Amino acid sequence: MEMPAPNAAVLSKKAKIVARLQAVLPPSAVIHEEAETRAYECDALSAYRCPPLAAVLPSSTEEVSAVLKICHEEGVPVVPRGSGTSLAGGALPTADSVILGVARLNDVIETDYENRVIKVQTGRTNLSVTGAVEEEDFFYAPDPSSQLACAIAGNIAMNSGGAHCLKYGVTTNNLLGVTLVMMDGTITELGGAHLDAGGLDLLGLICGSEGQLGVVTEATLRILRKPEGARPVLMGFDSAEIAGACVSDIIKAGVLPVAIEYMDKKVIDVVENYAQAGYPTCEALLIVEVEGAPAEIDEQLGLITQIARKHNPVELRESTSSEEAAKIWLGRKSAFGAMGQLNDYMCLDGTIPVSSLPYVLRRIGELSAEHGLEVGNVFHAGDGNMHPLILFDANKPGDLETCEALGADILRLCVEVGGCLTGEHGVGIEKRDLMNDQFAPDDLENQMAVKDVFDPTWLLNPAKVFPLAVSERRRALAIAAE
Amino acid sequence: MTPNSEAELADAIASAKTPLRIMGGGTRPVGNPVAGEVLSTSGLSGIELYEPGALTIVAKAGTPVDEIEAALSKENQRLAFEPMDHRSLLGTNGTPTIGGIVAANVSGPRRVQSGACRDHMLGVRFVDGTGTILKNGGRVMKNVTGYDLVKLLTGSYGTLGVLTEVSLKVLPKTDTQATLMIHGLDFPQAVKAMSAALGSPYEVSAAAHMPDMGDGAVTMLRIEGFEQSVAYRAEQLANELATFGEITVETDAGKSAKIWTASRDVAGFENADGDVWRISVKPTDGATIAASLGADQLFMDWGGGLIWAVMPKGTDLRARMNGTPGHATLIRADEATRATLGTFHPELAPVAKISAGLRNKFDPKGILNPGLMT
Repeated sequence: MEMPAPNAAVLSKKAKIVARLQAVLPPSAVIHEEAETRAYECDALSAYRCPPLAAVLPSSTEEVSAVLKICHEEGVPVVPRGSGTSLAGGALPTADSVILGVARLNDVIETDYENRVIKVQTGRTNLSVTGAVEEEDFFYAPDPSSQLACAIAGNIAMNSGGAHCLKYGVTTNNLLGVTLVMMDGTITELGGAHLDAGGLDLLGLICGSEGQLGVVTEATLRILRKPEGARPVLMGFDSAEIAGACVSDIIKAGVLPVAIEYMDKKVIDVVENYAQAGYPTCEALLIVEVEGAPAEIDEQLGLITQIARKHNPVELRESTSSEEAAKIWLGRKSAFGAMGQLNDYMCLDGTIPVSSLPYVLRRIGELSAEHGLEVGNVFHAGDGNMHPLILFDANKPGDLETCEALGADILRLCVEVGGCLTGEHGVGIEKRDLMNDQFAPDDLENQMAVKDVFDPTWLLNPAKVFPLAVSERRRALAIAAE
Repeated sequence: MTPNSEAELADAIASAKTPLRIMGGGTRPVGNPVAGEVLSTSGLSGIELYEPGALTIVAKAGTPVDEIEAALSKENQRLAFEPMDHRSLLGTNGTPTIGGIVAANVSGPRRVQSGACRDHMLGVRFVDGTGTILKNGGRVMKNVTGYDLVKLLTGSYGTLGVLTEVSLKVLPKTDTQATLMIHGLDFPQAVKAMSAALGSPYEVSAAAHMPDMGDGAVTMLRIEGFEQSVAYRAEQLANELATFGEITVETDAGKSAKIWTASRDVAGFENADGDVWRISVKPTDGATIAASLGADQLFMDWGGGLIWAVMPKGTDLRARMNGTPGHATLIRADEATRATLGTFHPELAPVAKISAGLRNKFDPKGILNPGLMT
């Protein structure tokens, strides 16, 4: 992936920029020594690295505003950063950029059980939001697999999903209000603790805008009461077609599981070797979880197993205790770690219409053979959010490029069948140059016009989301203005 | 003008030099008065794709809602956000369209559990004010590819673009339902009871409060699902809320459904002589506001977070909110009142500036429902 050349004028005035930032932040909050800025040179897409000009760690909305105002005046690009867990390179800096990290913004501002909301600063981690309300048996629903580390700010930027969104939705469906700081330092509020923000849905627009429209410092999130219980069932099938048909039949029958997870043979084999979860040897494995009152769980699982039996499963395993439930989930939860033991991998997240599942899996197999790299598939089947894991060797010359080419082919396939490039990770730099495959030039122009309104000089995370050639004229404005 | 295709509609907008009034079925004349030639989407009709196994429907914007509901019903599915039918309240005729619902982000009592219309939107095709055909989102349930203009277009009342096609997430219908009724509560108690219910694990799918209109106040809580489960949860919930007062349970699913259709459509306000307002606040503020508005008629939905009120004609209800965070929309009033008070709540200055900037980008000629929202 290419990144734009840094703006020489910005590089040459580093000392002045750092001094101005130091004037509005405590000394420890401005990181500018080269040895220290390296800590911010990449996110979880670690194949790409570049130390920023500086990194700042503000502790309040006002400090964020002051930083942005200075960068705006000096014409310095700003790359907002949550916890740096982006798999898409959303927080990858350029040499002329300031990383704005929200790590020190981690307070709970208000917990309000009566109105079922929590207001937090956005540097707080996803899991610790649930942690703050757990004692009252509440939880925050979106649960990306990086939830131990990822920040709410990043969740909002990428509109993160998780395993349970079939029932609970993704970040945007659980976000009621934000404090937004714009590139020129303007602070404003969108939405609040009420259920629908008024006027145009700017809240919905901000969520998923990859840190290109503003920096969100505070968020009001919906919290929900935990269900009485949850129980998974595991089923194995002889083919992807049969597993896909089973998923479709379950949904058509009127059951709405909280999660339907899918693993293919490649992943099952690796996981078995790694975690010994006792999974059957088969082509396709489904874990379906339902929740609710005990009677409701029984009723739903009864219906689900009845449907599964019609598809002649090679294995059908219900859980009757929490130990058995944990064992069913064990393999799925260790899937990424297990694959990582095997080799380096790239994890894609294209989404497809559920009906195209068997075709897409077959085509992925063919593409994998053509490119000569192995692919394992583990994903959220209920909503068609694929997670093909391409195995490659980062130390082998040319392997990363082959892996990226295969990844691009798989994502084009997702678009071709009516799906999209990314279901929950975001575009970042990783899928930036594939945007032309999903959108017509007019569509991209329209989206860039939205950024023009929020950030007319294109200083916020400018080299992301849009193909570089497409955004070139606008990014040049920033340099010219400087 | 009633174009019969997206291309015709795009041509009509591209060549328009004067304001257009965008209309779906014409059943929801909500907004500040707009002068201009009517541009109807009723010529763009039909379901284009429905995959029950993927919980997805795609339809042209002018498709009658009835047609969509009928198709979904055959597969035992529904639009879970329970869109309101405005016809009786606003005294309109005609056929509500799916595009109209989306353009106004119309949601009903199940908003508290399943989300609003915007939460079920997967994709849009639309024509902007220059006549350019655009798309955003798609037909899959998880999609973060590019900016979410699907949300932005939903609830934009035709001011950013004219919707030509919408794709939505649909959900299974539930087998049965029951409604718990707590009798005799005042506003603060009612909100407390609804908060307790919505904060319980019993999956309450609607919570409304009707104050005393002569036959006693009633706070209503809906539970939906499998028969056995509904009975169980209704019982558990009744036990948990017993301290609030006398509780009765409507277990007849048909009767329960009627209660919520009436609440959804704001039944009882049709003939009220006054302006109809819709207020969105956090539920605990709802209790305070409801008690202090001096409304002729009023009830609460969404656990207290949504208040429907009839006010004497021309009253500035917003002034009586005393700065409470949230917003009030003037849903029904004569043209003069709407022009004076404004249909929509005034926005914070930075927000108003962004909104104006977006309208200018999407509709540089200023011809799409100009002034309807501002």
